[in-house]
Amino acid sequence: MVGNMTSNGTPAIRTAGLRKSFGETKAVDGIDLEIPPGVVYGVLGPNGAGKSTLIRMLATLLRPDGGSASIFGHDVVGEADRVRRRISVTGQAASVDDALTGTENLILMGRLQGYGRQRARERAAELIAAFDLGHAADRLVSTYSGGMRRRLDIAASMTVTPDLLFLDEPTAGLDPRSRNQVWDIVRALVESGTTILLTTQYLEEADELAGRIAVVDHGRIIAEGPSSELKASVGSATLHVRLRDPGQRPRAGELLTRELGVPVRLAADPARLSAGAGDGARVIQALGALSGESIETVEFAVRQPSLDEVFLTLTGRKAEDAPVREESRA
Amino acid sequence: MTSSTPRVADPVLAAVSVRERPPRASALSATVTHLWRGAMAFKHFPAQLIDMMLLPIIFLLLFTYMFGGAFAGSTQEYLQFFLPGIAVQSVILMTVYTGTAINTDINKGVFDRFRTLPFWQPAAIAGNLLGDVVRYVIALSVTIGLGLLLGFRPGGGLPGVLAAMAVLIVFGFSVSWIFAAIGVVASVPERVSGTSMIVIYPLVFTSNIFVQPDTMPSWTQTLVQLNPISHAATASRALMHGTAGFWDVMGALIISAAITVVFAPLAVRLYRNKNAR
Repeated sequence: MVGNMTSNGTPAIRTAGLRKSFGETKAVDGIDLEIPPGVVYGVLGPNGAGKSTLIRMLATLLRPDGGSASIFGHDVVGEADRVRRRISVTGQAASVDDALTGTENLILMGRLQGYGRQRARERAAELIAAFDLGHAADRLVSTYSGGMRRRLDIAASMTVTPDLLFLDEPTAGLDPRSRNQVWDIVRALVESGTTILLTTQYLEEADELAGRIAVVDHGRIIAEGPSSELKASVGSATLHVRLRDPGQRPRAGELLTRELGVPVRLAADPARLSAGAGDGARVIQALGALSGESIETVEFAVRQPSLDEVFLTLTGRKAEDAPVREESRA
Repeated sequence: MTSSTPRVADPVLAAVSVRERPPRASALSATVTHLWRGAMAFKHFPAQLIDMMLLPIIFLLLFTYMFGGAFAGSTQEYLQFFLPGIAVQSVILMTVYTGTAINTDINKGVFDRFRTLPFWQPAAIAGNLLGDVVRYVIALSVTIGLGLLLGFRPGGGLPGVLAAMAVLIVFGFSVSWIFAAIGVVASVPERVSGTSMIVIYPLVFTSNIFVQPDTMPSWTQTLVQLNPISHAATASRALMHGTAGFWDVMGALIISAAITVVFAPLAVRLYRNKNAR
């Protein structure tokens, strides 16, 4: 069965007023979602925003206190077994067995999913090769690096390709190369027809992978929409410039202010400055003005606002718990 | 969108584009798979075997040669009495493994992955318990084998010894449900083994494993007679020495059944509802 043939208007995920408390803490406090099949949907928020609790309820691991949730039309409480046939969970919420080898872990998953001995072995070998774990297939998982472990984790979730995959902070703690590999894997999964719900603290990651994003804070959705709309609601694009000679920054600032008609912002790096840039023609003029006075720019870019800025605008505070990766800082 | 390394994405796309849906695993096959998992883990850490065997061997040697003469007049005489008893302890010490294994799975997140798979969930416990049966056989073989080397001569012969092993395996299986239940609710694996020591040692020492209760005050005798472990030791002794009456064996089997009836549903229920609320 092909994943996106199942649509017929039935959403992959639908929740209404979903709630869960732990003692006094309202981990999830009334979440409404409707996610169509075939997309990557990002749930973005700092630590403790309720992302994992949301995933655990949707994946039948945790019983909601109130509201409802269904996966491809099946209730997560009443029809848990039918939901389990369609989903997989990877990331913080689920793990592989350290005491087994990579291959053994995948055989275990295959057998528990209902494959016969032979087919489970074949499938394990296919996934080991595809997820670039051939060199470590027969090593204990306890010896794996973070990136290898995460790839095995995702492979284990794909033993039987699910219609819906929950990826709970899939790149937390990974180095940039491993992170890029995971991103490529996510893109391949969605291309194959699997719907993906991705949680992340990394604003950049949601932006990179997800078509639509819900920003959650204290168990509630505080903004929802296509990534581009969310950004647009925050403001227009920004021109970023880096100068060869930091000594020229004051003069460059004056020129940009004059040409763009807005105040410039000076970055911590003494060679960098930026300014709002709504109009492409004025950006070109401004850059022309810089070179007209022999102010050499090492690099310049017009960027959409980052989701960092989105979060700041929406909550009035920084995503203080979110470990924002260096390269996404302006 | 930019694809930085097509090297990764393309084989993945091919591998996950397989959209077959195997039929649901049967309860038996899921249980056997969990048993296989335990066997593989054991294969990677064979040193476990030494951990498993150390205590039974130490107890057997210590009690036979330190206390045997004082308890029974001679070490050889004591060994005839003591060995079928210490065999019970060898099995009981193995019953904790399932609880520890289940708890480790819960803490590591392996349990959560299992719970999102559509198989018969109690298979995870059942597979572990069947793995324990293998441990019981090993523990009993080592204990009895060492006993034979030291001069243990069972009057019941091989059939008697095998029958005793069978009863002790049934008994061990029932007790392991208790630790399975503890394994589900305990916070960390160390807590499971810690709790088990608090439960096991007082019960072992207030049983008739080491001495007959004849010389004890009457309230202690009652305590010993009520102790389930005494019934297992009585059955083991009677079968190995070929003196077993009907109730010697039935006592142990009835107690095993009673423990299983209470703790098996409890353990499964706790497991199914773990974290659900």
